[in-house]
Amino acid sequence: MTALFDWLAQILGILAAVLAAPLFLGWVNQCRAWLQNKSAPSILQPYRGIRKLFHKDAVIAANASQLFRLAPYMVFGAMVTAAAIIPSVATRLPFTQAADAIALVGLFATARVFVSLAAMDVGTAFGTLGARREMMIGFLAEPALLMIIFVASLISATTALPRISELLATQSLALYPSLAFTAVAFTMVLLAENARIPIDNPATHLELTMIHEALLLEYSARHLALMEWAAALKLFNYVCIGFALFVPWGLATSQAPLALALSSLFLGAKLVLAGAGIALIETVSAKLRVFRAPEFLATAFLFAVLGLLVRLLLGT
Amino acid sequence: MNMTALPFDLQLLNTLAALLLLLSFAMLSQRRIVTLINLLAVQGALLCIATLLLAWRTGAGHLYLSAGLTLALKVIFLPWLLHRLIRKLGVYWDTEPLLNTTGTMLVGVLIVVFSFGLAQPISALASTATRNSIGIAVAVVLIAFLTMITRRKAMSQVVGFLSMENGLFFGAMSATYGMPMIVEFGVALDVLVAMLVLGVFFFQIREQFDSLDLQHLESLKEDQ
Repeated sequence: MTALFDWLAQILGILAAVLAAPLFLGWVNQCRAWLQNKSAPSILQPYRGIRKLFHKDAVIAANASQLFRLAPYMVFGAMVTAAAIIPSVATRLPFTQAADAIALVGLFATARVFVSLAAMDVGTAFGTLGARREMMIGFLAEPALLMIIFVASLISATTALPRISELLATQSLALYPSLAFTAVAFTMVLLAENARIPIDNPATHLELTMIHEALLLEYSARHLALMEWAAALKLFNYVCIGFALFVPWGLATSQAPLALALSSLFLGAKLVLAGAGIALIETVSAKLRVFRAPEFLATAFLFAVLGLLVRLLLGT
Repeated sequence: MNMTALPFDLQLLNTLAALLLLLSFAMLSQRRIVTLINLLAVQGALLCIATLLLAWRTGAGHLYLSAGLTLALKVIFLPWLLHRLIRKLGVYWDTEPLLNTTGTMLVGVLIVVFSFGLAQPISALASTATRNSIGIAVAVVLIAFLTMITRRKAMSQVVGFLSMENGLFFGAMSATYGMPMIVEFGVALDVLVAMLVLGVFFFQIREQFDSLDLQHLESLKEDQ
């Protein structure tokens, strides 16, 4: 019976993540507009965009292969699977027995490979350009993300995300310089991986600087809707990984409805703060040249490695 | 989870040690000399706080004195002197370092690994509560050394030299709860005099070569 409840909670959790992801994106956009003294779009704007796109007829280039049609479903599927193994509300997730944090990095990599292949599939110059940039960013961000996960794994002696956050949340309060370093590194990786401002500007179609938008140029209608939704879900997933590693307090460790409701409230509060934080970072920083991106990500990697070394030496 | 076993002041000391290491890396990557000097002052301030904390923890009176010395010399006087010097000399930027920033950082990480390995047997021998930070102190010294090697301008080399002294001081503190008072006074006086002499040197170098780039000193004859 408890197993059944676990599965029920798991499925509800996935549904909630998929449905709430555009809302979070809307919140970030709204905060950013406020901070930049613009009149903000409605917080529901991402939903409207997705609905509009689903009602349109898809146009696909004549020379596009099956891969091009398949990619949006693969990417969306990878993001939903990732949402299933990240403890956003509850830590008792049946799915996590099959996949740990390293598999999670692999899921993100799968999505990236499909996006890039699909962008190169049609053969336009911009698609290829975007794919190459995306792979460059990914190849630099992935080791940093792995290092960040290793630091948390060293502290809690497990690579399963729910166990890590359970352990960090339940122990007595202690100062972790290693976790502070990795938190900085994670913020940088989050910004780079989700096409946020120091690396990419999600609000522009300016040809020479875009990365994320260049990948999606050939997509339309339902395919584009799925891609946009997957991007929103990716941001949501990343923020939830951050919560699981660095601010795990308030997670439900049991499946009692009351505990789940309370932890959902906690998650909502954390999301509101994190969204405002991302918008603030995006407002105060300027976009880097593409060739400065390796430096930015090398710094993130450095922070993560320093965290690892400090953990090994000081035991903190 | 050995962290929970540690008392809070030790946790704080460990955090300060980690921040010192972080500042060394910031200095390694920084090319603006003004910021470099400010980072040096912050490093001195962290060192002062760590010394005060250790003094409070061990009850050693002379540590309070050396904390005061650190505050006066490394947080206030030397940064002030350096700021005055760069205003007079008009050097605000170092030239491109010999190795690019990312490369230097990676070498820095290797140095940290090396010095942690180097310090492990020393830490095993020491009996102080802060013995784990010896590795960090060695790393700070070696990274400051790297800062000196990769820079061309005399100014940033001097800042590297002072940061090295900070590392040595921190090492002595974590290995044996500070050096004897007389040695500490001697070192402080040495640093002060070295700084004053180097200040005069800067002007001499500039007068001779019209620049503070130390590469000019490498050639033996003037007509080369």
